[in-house]
Amino acid sequence: MTLRPAAADTATETAEPPDTPPVQTGGRRRRRRKSSRARSQAWAGYLFLAPWFIGLFAITLGPMIASLYLSFTDYSLLAPAHWVGLDNYDKMFTADDRYINSLKVTTTYVVVSVPLQLAFALGLALALDKGLRGLPFYRSVFYLPSLLGGSVAISILWKKIFGTDGIVNTFLGWFGYEGQGWVTSPDTALWTLIVLHVWTFGAPMVIFLAGLRQIPRNLYEAARVDGAGTLRQFRSITLPLLTPIIFFNAVLEVIKSFQSFTQSFVVSGGNGGPVDSTLFYTLYLYIKGFKNYEMGYAAAMAWVLLLIIGALTAVNFLMSRFWVFYGDDN
Amino acid sequence: MTTKTTNRRVPVLFRPASRLTKHALLIVFGLFMLYPLFWMISSSVKPEELIFREPGLVPSDVTAGNYTGGWHALKHSFGYYLWNSAVLTCLAVVGNLFACSLAAYAFARLEFPLKKLWFAIMLVSIMLPHHVTVVPQYIAFNKIDWINTIWPIVLPKFLATDAFFIFLMVQFIRTLPRELDEAAAIDGAGHLRTFLQVVMPLCVPALATTAIFTFIWTWNDFFTQNLYLTNSDKLTAPVALRQFLDSSGDSSWGPMFAMSIVSLGPIFGFFLAGQKYLVRGMATTGLK
Repeated sequence: MTLRPAAADTATETAEPPDTPPVQTGGRRRRRRKSSRARSQAWAGYLFLAPWFIGLFAITLGPMIASLYLSFTDYSLLAPAHWVGLDNYDKMFTADDRYINSLKVTTTYVVVSVPLQLAFALGLALALDKGLRGLPFYRSVFYLPSLLGGSVAISILWKKIFGTDGIVNTFLGWFGYEGQGWVTSPDTALWTLIVLHVWTFGAPMVIFLAGLRQIPRNLYEAARVDGAGTLRQFRSITLPLLTPIIFFNAVLEVIKSFQSFTQSFVVSGGNGGPVDSTLFYTLYLYIKGFKNYEMGYAAAMAWVLLLIIGALTAVNFLMSRFWVFYGDDN
Repeated sequence: MTTKTTNRRVPVLFRPASRLTKHALLIVFGLFMLYPLFWMISSSVKPEELIFREPGLVPSDVTAGNYTGGWHALKHSFGYYLWNSAVLTCLAVVGNLFACSLAAYAFARLEFPLKKLWFAIMLVSIMLPHHVTVVPQYIAFNKIDWINTIWPIVLPKFLATDAFFIFLMVQFIRTLPRELDEAAAIDGAGHLRTFLQVVMPLCVPALATTAIFTFIWTWNDFFTQNLYLTNSDKLTAPVALRQFLDSSGDSSWGPMFAMSIVSLGPIFGFFLAGQKYLVRGMATTGLK
């Protein structure tokens, strides 16, 4: 995505040097005149970036390092931190069943809900793409849920829709199916959150729509002339040219959904229940750090989360070589 | 809605009849998607005992009692919490507009040492889960007595920690013709004037996108507000709503739905007013 402009920059820069060596002196003088302007730009650049720099060091990097340190300690806000080495990490993976469970719950959530969400997003984007009248209207209708999905209000609504006397059961009742308390049963509670995530497919759909619009129409015309049907056109033109966008959406949604918090907090009443079946990773981190005040442990969890997200993104990028097609490779 | 389409660019496959089916399918699916929202709205004006007996949307009996009841259900009126949310959110918007636009101008238009490195760091920081910084931040803000103030949430915005918006504006500024900057420089304008009088006025669409997204995300953000604002006088709308759910258990769903709708009102308003910018913002960051 951002690789293209950056690559172009380096290309022009590397192209310059071979010409300079022969005219050493003149080059230097010119460089000096250039450098005073460059110096004023450098000053301006760092001044414009000053708020960002303060934020980077004071709000982001500093706390990151502090949290790395805390992760090797036992700290509860009241007493000074004391060093325990790798104990927190060790405990996490060998002695904390709830932690392992929260990893499983979150992984299930991500692995099931992201592909489903993207499938809906792509499907609807394709349905809306072909010069359909009323596109802005449909787009708004499908996009709205993804703006509301993270709110407390919608989580409350979800809790009630999937409750014992909620509308889901009423509908099922019409078809003669005896409903159950979807939110209160440990077998199904997580699925209600997965449905909520899929419901927010509008955001990736909008990105897909913009991607579809970039595919040149004449490719399709050529394919039609060659006798390719709709399905063939989709498989040979749309899908390959859309892979960068699919990839982008996948990376983004995996990262985002791995950090989901509000839904599980509100629907489960803050404890990840029933029987920890909706105990998201970040919810457990919150409970450990800010309910039990085991802040060293919470910091260790946060670093593992960072490593997981980093690894997932790296894997995504590595795999992208095999299926993502960048049209302008040559 | 559309039987009268002329045949330009329309493949043979999409004849009017099949288009009509398509519209019908899309509308049915859209209604299905939004049904929970409609149901919540309709439930909010139904008397309590009807909410779960009537799955339909048209209430057989209408009452405003849920709204008045919910408004006064907590320690303060719900308007008080909405006001808290509004103050917090507006400051966050101002902060993001200020800090992210400055940083974006530097990255898009100025040359300075290590620029590529800083730019790469900025991009990576978009992906950074904020949980990895939240524990020490909480400890630090606790130490300077900022718990139960809005500063732990607002200050980072003035320091451009929402790097996503820097990226969005960099992408936008890169599309503006550089000749404009150069002309301004020849006329003797410094970087600050070029930024304020040439680049910023052209950036209004990107600024609008930033403002709307910041508004919606901050308004919805439950994690940080629940963490830092726990005093019953400081609660914002989402946190108050959660307390309402907690305190009323499995009763008074009517008032809760009513206040849920009230709390979603501003988001819905911004969504309607700024759809164009939202869609464009999503599209440009996703593509370039």
